[in-house]
Amino acid sequence: MLHTLTVLVENSPGVLARVAGLFSRRGYNIDSLAVGRTEDPEVSRMTIVVDGDDRVLEQVTKQLHKLVDVIKINDITADEYVDRELVLIKVNADHSQRVEVIQICDVFRARIVDMGRKTLTLECTGNHGKINALEETLRPYGIKELVRTGKIAMVRGTKNTGYQDIGTKEEN
Amino acid sequence: MEITAAQALVQCLEKEQVELVFGYPGGTILPVYDALHDSAIKHVLVRHEQGAVHAADGYARATGRVGVVVATSGPGATNLVTGIANAYMDSVPLVIITGQVSTGMVGTDAFQEVDTTGITMPITKHNYLAKDAAQLPRMIKNAFYIAATGRPGPVLIDLPKDMAETKIKFQYPETVYLRGYKPTFRGHPNQIAEAAKLIAQSERPVIYAGGGITSSRSSAELLALAETINAPVTNTLQGLSSFPGDHPLFLGMLGLHGTRAANLAVTNCDLLIALGARFDDRVTGKISEFAPQAGVIHVDVDPAEIGKNVPVHVPIVGDVKQVLQELLPRLEKRTDPSWLEQVSTWKQEYPLRYEVEGMLKPQYVVEKLDEITGGQAVVATDVGQHQMWVAQYYRFRRAGGLISSGGLGAMGFGLPAAMGAQIGLPGEQVILVVGDGGFQMTMQELGTIVEQQLPVKIIIFNNSVLGMVRQLQKVYYEGRYTAIDLKFNPDFAILAQAYGIKGYTLRSKEEVDTLLPQALTEPGPVLINCLVSAEEWVSPMVLAGKSISEAIDC
Ligand SMILES: Cc1ncc(C[n+]2csc(CCOP(=O)(O)OP(=O)(O)O)c2C)c(N)n1
Repeated sequence: MLHTLTVLVENSPGVLARVAGLFSRRGYNIDSLAVGRTEDPEVSRMTIVVDGDDRVLEQVTKQLHKLVDVIKINDITADEYVDRELVLIKVNADHSQRVEVIQICDVFRARIVDMGRKTLTLECTGNHGKINALEETLRPYGIKELVRTGKIAMVRGTKNTGYQDIGTKEEN
Repeated sequence: MEITAAQALVQCLEKEQVELVFGYPGGTILPVYDALHDSAIKHVLVRHEQGAVHAADGYARATGRVGVVVATSGPGATNLVTGIANAYMDSVPLVIITGQVSTGMVGTDAFQEVDTTGITMPITKHNYLAKDAAQLPRMIKNAFYIAATGRPGPVLIDLPKDMAETKIKFQYPETVYLRGYKPTFRGHPNQIAEAAKLIAQSERPVIYAGGGITSSRSSAELLALAETINAPVTNTLQGLSSFPGDHPLFLGMLGLHGTRAANLAVTNCDLLIALGARFDDRVTGKISEFAPQAGVIHVDVDPAEIGKNVPVHVPIVGDVKQVLQELLPRLEKRTDPSWLEQVSTWKQEYPLRYEVEGMLKPQYVVEKLDEITGGQAVVATDVGQHQMWVAQYYRFRRAGGLISSGGLGAMGFGLPAAMGAQIGLPGEQVILVVGDGGFQMTMQELGTIVEQQLPVKIIIFNNSVLGMVRQLQKVYYEGRYTAIDLKFNPDFAILAQAYGIKGYTLRSKEEVDTLLPQALTEPGPVLINCLVSAEEWVSPMVLAGKSISEAIDC
């Protein structure tokens, strides 16, 4: 089963290598990993999608916790959350196909961000399923190039899996 | 006043009350060596960096303090790798300082540059690359704290040469600030109460005690627990010497080369009390048949160990010493003799045994050592058959008396580790038992032993083969012995003499009886070359994939 973890880490050099190294060394399967800064420049947030049963997930979480640079882990799989991926797709769209591709774009609320003589480049955000659907729909036209970010996620409502409740320097 | 980061580093070590460091110099670490010149901290010059880490490891195990290592970049750092991995696997607190090429050169494949933090990432508890000289004191403060607290382990600081030379305003932080590192010390009270309940309900409890007892120095609590609830105690290799080897409740080591009594007791128990142990594969054998009828109480400071290999009924995360101190007052004295009677029947039925006839037997030498020292010596071992014979036949009666490489099983550990232990325990008898193979992996440290005037007694079980590998080839490869012959061994007694160390060669039981007591009381270092039979097998033995209740005789 796929689990979505949000992991707050110290924004220190090597932290990505530590996390990635831990996953590969212990044979855990990463489905996707996205990382970037948070509201605090000293803290980064990773959204990691991991494949495994409950026992594997327990180990993943415990082993991640052992990394000194890992501040906080939340498994939000069972929570209500918003998740997004971003995709850029360069798709064949010569004169005869252009209109159709633009219509597809509208349906998926994708945006055209660049135009070539025979191609269009689209940008789309959405959850995993929506991005997959867009990709499948465009495939028959011939996808020249495609890049997806990993998934990022945030719990709905006021519940907070962010930085505020991890304590500040002064408290520690 | 501003001082260089290297000078600050040495002052930090002084603040941490470091009395000595083990090390080996080289270009990039010279600023640190220059700062050491003015310090009261003693530097022990080893003969190979591997010797430095193993010595610091032996020192840390013997004293309970953090061992400190200093080495240069590149080959200095790579020579440390085995020793760091060893300390990581056996949870030994070390702080390791390595030199690194200057920050401007990092990443250019400069002379003697390796990615030390990258290489050691999976074998350290944490590591740092000091890119900002001003942060070095904070890193060192954190490093000592991380190394020694929670589940102990090695922490490495990689220090680029230009950073070491940078002037900083020195102030040693008073407190540690690590929001991502908060080890749990106190066990959860409800879980402790639950454990007490399970113990009261059990009829056939067994205590399975590992290295956590030794590293948290909780032998007294372990003894109190065993005697209160009248439960037999078995030790892992790392746990040995945490419980008196001559105690009636003691079962000996369990697992692959464990006693039959220990393995049968675990297989038949209805409650397994695991203390600072990690259900390693050498202990459990076929995991589905390990303690199959038992409820499991697992106390460990590392939450990731709990539930990793076996399901646990009462998990208790915490320092085993504190947990035991809180558990003990909740326990009733237990007196029902029937389980202990069963266990002693197994002990009587299946004692450890070997044939005394013929060539000198290694097991006999260990028994003799036990007799002469009264089980009170600190015994370091290397890795192989001799290690298992020490584990089986030496009845440890001094808490923390065994120093051995368990998790990594690194040949070459013994001699430098014994050296470090003797440095940490100057007045005590430190004995090394080592195979002729493993001895030759780090025997260059004889030079250090002489230089430091360490009265270590080195006992080589010289069977002229790589005994443990030969045993595996006998058992699993129909005796097709390959690459195990050491017939070109030097005469180790003469080798010792070349270093100015007294050398003995013992060939028979009689020579052991008369000369071993004498050799052990020599004031300085002594090397005792015991020519022992190669046709000896560590027995019993649990074959791969089998339950520990099905050991064979070898
Ligand atoms: C560094 C290292 N290399 C290889 C091994 C595999 N190994 C385990 S025991 C052993 C033989 C040890 O022989 P010796 O030191 O003579 O001790 P004995 O088993 O004869 O007591 C070997 C090669 C190891 N444990 N460590």
